[in-house]
Amino acid sequence: MFPVRCLRARPRACWQRVLNGLNASPGPSVSRSVSTAHSSSPGGRPLRLAVIGSGPAGFYTAYRAMSKIQDVKVDMYEALPVPFGLVRFGVAPDHPEVKNCQEKFEEVASSPNFTFIGNVSIGTKSDHPDGATVPLASILRHYNAVVFSYGAAKDRHLGIPGESTLKGVYSAREFVGWYNGLPEHADLAPDLTQGDEAVIIGQGNVALDVARMLLEDVNVLRKSDIAEHAIETLSKSKVKRVHIVGRRGPMQAAFTIKEVRELMRLPSVAFHPIDTSLVPPDLKSLPRAPRRLMEILLQGSPTRPDDSPPPTKSWSLDFLLKPTQFLPSATSPTRLAATEFARTTLSSPFDPNAYALPSDSSTGDSSSSNTTVVLPAPLAFRSIGYRSEPLPEFAALGVPFDDRWGVISNDGRGGRVRHEERGADAAMRVGAFPGLYCAGWVKRGPTGVIASTMEDAFATADAIAEDWAGGAGHARFLNGGGAVAGWEGVRRESVGGGVDTARVVDWEGWRRIDAAERERGRAVGKEREKFTRTADMLAVLG
Amino acid sequence: MSTPKLLAQTLPSLRLATRRTAPSIARHVVRCYTAASAAPRPAPPAWSSQPPIRRSLWSAAFQSRPFSVSTAVSHGHIQPPKPGEELYVTFIDKEGVEHKLAVSKGDNLLDIAQAHDLEMEGACGGSCACSTCHVIVMDQEYYDRMPEPDDDENDMLDLAFGLQETSRLGCQVVMTPELNGLRVKLPAMTRNLQSSDFK
Repeated sequence: MFPVRCLRARPRACWQRVLNGLNASPGPSVSRSVSTAHSSSPGGRPLRLAVIGSGPAGFYTAYRAMSKIQDVKVDMYEALPVPFGLVRFGVAPDHPEVKNCQEKFEEVASSPNFTFIGNVSIGTKSDHPDGATVPLASILRHYNAVVFSYGAAKDRHLGIPGESTLKGVYSAREFVGWYNGLPEHADLAPDLTQGDEAVIIGQGNVALDVARMLLEDVNVLRKSDIAEHAIETLSKSKVKRVHIVGRRGPMQAAFTIKEVRELMRLPSVAFHPIDTSLVPPDLKSLPRAPRRLMEILLQGSPTRPDDSPPPTKSWSLDFLLKPTQFLPSATSPTRLAATEFARTTLSSPFDPNAYALPSDSSTGDSSSSNTTVVLPAPLAFRSIGYRSEPLPEFAALGVPFDDRWGVISNDGRGGRVRHEERGADAAMRVGAFPGLYCAGWVKRGPTGVIASTMEDAFATADAIAEDWAGGAGHARFLNGGGAVAGWEGVRRESVGGGVDTARVVDWEGWRRIDAAERERGRAVGKEREKFTRTADMLAVLG
Repeated sequence: MSTPKLLAQTLPSLRLATRRTAPSIARHVVRCYTAASAAPRPAPPAWSSQPPIRRSLWSAAFQSRPFSVSTAVSHGHIQPPKPGEELYVTFIDKEGVEHKLAVSKGDNLLDIAQAHDLEMEGACGGSCACSTCHVIVMDQEYYDRMPEPDDDENDMLDLAFGLQETSRLGCQVVMTPELNGLRVKLPAMTRNLQSSDFK
């Protein structure tokens, strides 16, 4: 199924208007390139490729493109002064091995055909005061192709009362950013001292990461590259009991087995047994992955909730509960006291694609005591998924964004951005937007591990290589596939436009920030002590 | 293991590969480490924009990297086999081409594949934290000779594309004399996006 749901009518061929109208030197360069643009290396000119976002999707696309295309120059734009996106700011600090993919990214960056342009945001005004911003229109004028790999920087909301008003309700994405030292959320300052219970709404791997941070011995985390402010806060945490709550059952849960096993293995942390009626009775009939997951859920943790002496901390997976409201404290009405849930039933309990139904619709029993559950806890995390947003210029440039799925409308596999145009007969024609591609979460939605993003980024790069080598000519690319100036051109325009590009961080700049962070880490026995302020990162560069 | 037996094991698959790749010339590749080829690769010439970046350049660049990102298991460091002590392993790549390699006892399949520029990523650097070095063991008999995968490896395999009964992570399969003649296939990445990816 394609991630394309809402193809709306758009102004006719806006991209052509933009490119023709705004191109600094449209005539000669375009016609020249079209006439010779049939080989894989037209006139010896390189493919100038802009990659927007320096997370795993951007780096794996760049890597693959550089190994598949004869002559390509990649400029990678990153809004922060530091690269790697969610590998740095999303992967849990106690999963350092997952970050080893950075070695590959370092290799990519060491190529002279690769330029890192850090601290430069595209279109969206930089979310930190020290960053520069250049318009997307400028990028389109100076490249042959653009890959959008800027990920999912927002999260989905529940849309229930109290969600954005009560103290104690947090976004799991912001909490993750906070403990990983993301500048945007460095001031989150979550209060973990109001009580010993916490509720996490959502049952994906982010929810399990948050649970692990709350349950794990802080001395284990201390040795990781977790932000120092997180260590201080976590060491004062009073949380002892974590509920991880989902609308559906174990067969529908989004978490993967590795994260479940890690929680099960935490010393002196007990898992409260699950409702076994939600597990298919005949495990042997299940495919391997769900079978192994059900087995570990049934087996539980070596530490039992009724052990003597009682375990210090415990957690549970609470199924079939849909949040309905966050309830304020009676004594302090701006503060969260509890979360109210409605019970659900499943359309088919063992079907991985089952959906949740209100439970009273099937039983006819609507007495609130049976259909409502209240979990008292002064701390709640919303962890129901990340969400990508369109760049502000997408609408004007006619780049289609699918609001329902939160992805750039694309052809699914190759990540070619869709382009629709109303023909003379008023029928909509859908094709590919010349030169525009997407990869990673903004292409396929915010799910999957680094391996899935890698595979997906490779598919996008293969599509670029195929199009560049294709016989259809380079009309499939921006600026006719002709000679463009890349970052040099963008920078020239930006300086004219009053943008301060003096703050741009190149790869060497990142290497110096990296070295400074490692040095700070050595002083406190950690692999790295991240800077959590962009001003501090830039201060390293003088 | 004697050479005739090895040949006997290899020939049928060689014919198969030839048929599969017809009409192109047989692309069965047999590479052995000799003292010369096992010498450290020369550093790549200055990055050139002319040829596409070949994996060998990537590997070489990696090996000569001036700094290390993590102390986790590093890859690409394999020992050339001593004469007379060669073990053989055959990789069948995504195009169906067979690569028969002479390797040493103790090398793991990820290191071997990367040292020979086969398309295997090893995103986590061989620390059993991803599934990008997934291989499928061609013969059940060989699969049974390997120590069983532990929970951590199985957990990662559960996420692998194209999982089979004899799937393993390349970083966890260490060559031993019992595995001499092993044949493994690199799974094609053919997973299509599913509607469940967008829920």
